[in-house]
Amino acid sequence: MKTITDKLIRPEIERRAFLKNCSKTLPSLLLLVASFDVQQLMAKENGVYDPTEHNYAMGINIKKCIGCARCADACKSENKVPRKPHFFRTWVERYVIPEEGEPIVDSPNGGIDGYPEISQKLHIQRTFFVPKLCNHCVKAPCVQVCPVGATFNTKDGVVLVDPKWCVGCRYCIQACPYGARYLHPETNVADKCTFCYHRITDGKLPVCVEVCPTQARIFGEKGQKSSPLRRFFRFNEIHTLKPGLNTKPKVYYAGLDGEVI
Amino acid sequence: MSKIPQQIIPIVIILMIVVGSFIAAKNIFVPSSFGEQGHFRTEAIQENMDLEQVYAGADACYDCHDDVAEIKSDSYHKGLSCEVCHGPASQHVEAPDEFIPDAPRGRGYCPLCHGYNPSRPSGFPQINPERHNPGKACMSCHDPHNPLLPHAPEECSACHQEIASVKIVSHHATLPCTQCHTIEKGHKTSPKFSKAHKPIDNSTCAYCHEKGSTIKKAAPKINVELHSDRYLCWDCHYPHYPEAF
Repeated sequence: MKTITDKLIRPEIERRAFLKNCSKTLPSLLLLVASFDVQQLMAKENGVYDPTEHNYAMGINIKKCIGCARCADACKSENKVPRKPHFFRTWVERYVIPEEGEPIVDSPNGGIDGYPEISQKLHIQRTFFVPKLCNHCVKAPCVQVCPVGATFNTKDGVVLVDPKWCVGCRYCIQACPYGARYLHPETNVADKCTFCYHRITDGKLPVCVEVCPTQARIFGEKGQKSSPLRRFFRFNEIHTLKPGLNTKPKVYYAGLDGEVI
Repeated sequence: MSKIPQQIIPIVIILMIVVGSFIAAKNIFVPSSFGEQGHFRTEAIQENMDLEQVYAGADACYDCHDDVAEIKSDSYHKGLSCEVCHGPASQHVEAPDEFIPDAPRGRGYCPLCHGYNPSRPSGFPQINPERHNPGKACMSCHDPHNPLLPHAPEECSACHQEIASVKIVSHHATLPCTQCHTIEKGHKTSPKFSKAHKPIDNSTCAYCHEKGSTIKKAAPKINVELHSDRYLCWDCHYPHYPEAF
């Protein structure tokens, strides 16, 4: 005869009954699993890139730029931009604002080989460097004028060129108010900065940001809390280039001088 | 029912041919993915993503070279990516033994950043490569991974050359910097943590320039209080080149 304690420790459930009960809970378990977005989970595990989660932008702190133009040099290597002058995806301009007269702006070979000495006769009021690149405008004039749809805004906030579809008409080069585009001399199609789209979609930094020795360039995402760009926005006074054109640029400058165009 | 006018029939046929050939041409010439996400080929996004990466990124370097990473982590060059000096190294990550990245050892490379240029932000360490130990490789005194100074600078002008070059031609040429600036101990070796201080009020200038002061007889004398009670001396006069008013 079994005692009460025996019954409590080993309740009399047959193995068959136990398995039967288990099978009954199975559908509800499956429902629970299905309630998670399985596809989304799988996509994340497989590392599939979802452009709608991102909104890329760049910050440039002019007070930190030393004009070494390592960004322009690295960009040419990374993106196979012709080494000859006048072909740039990014370049560094030197501004020299004299006590009297017009500001002098130069960027010999994008700054890669350095800058000539400033004339001794000139009384400099202030002088600084301004790195420039495609502003990845939300309302990009180049996208508007392209007659064949070879340049476009992506969902993650980058303006890209489709080199296979571009006919090389140069409308976009004319339309860009920032002079960010050029006609590639070998392929004869328009080319410009892509924020290193092949790198950022792989979780890396654009190469100009990667190599900047003084962290004058900040890359990140707008609207994301853990982006270094958020800190940049919080601690600096931010301007964009030619805001009056309503192009809504996505390259933001800190310490931008009023003379910069 | 009225009969369709005879002349309409060929027009309709021609119109159908034109419309038909337009639809056929559109199907042939426009890529199938055109217009899926917008007025462009959707494949172009993937084609842009698939481009070759030339720069590996510093994180990839530190995975293996953790010894260098540790040296760098506490140095002035901690934010400097390896590939700035060593060149693009994606190939080295894929085949470490076949492709060895370059390491600049001469005098040509460091001045790209550290050569004196008036447009550079003040405070960034700069030297004049023609006058700074000519002929000597930078590496023989400075470790590029932890670029400390080999010895504490003797003169203020070692770092503040821009100011020194102006002061030397001014009436203040003979004044030592410490006449007006108080320098914290250790400023010469770690300038970011031990500051040099600027004068805070007009008494610093008044020390020599106050009417009746006997410190420097040649110094122009004024009644500091009457001269201006609302401004600091250096609001109008540049102390490193006072005659430039």
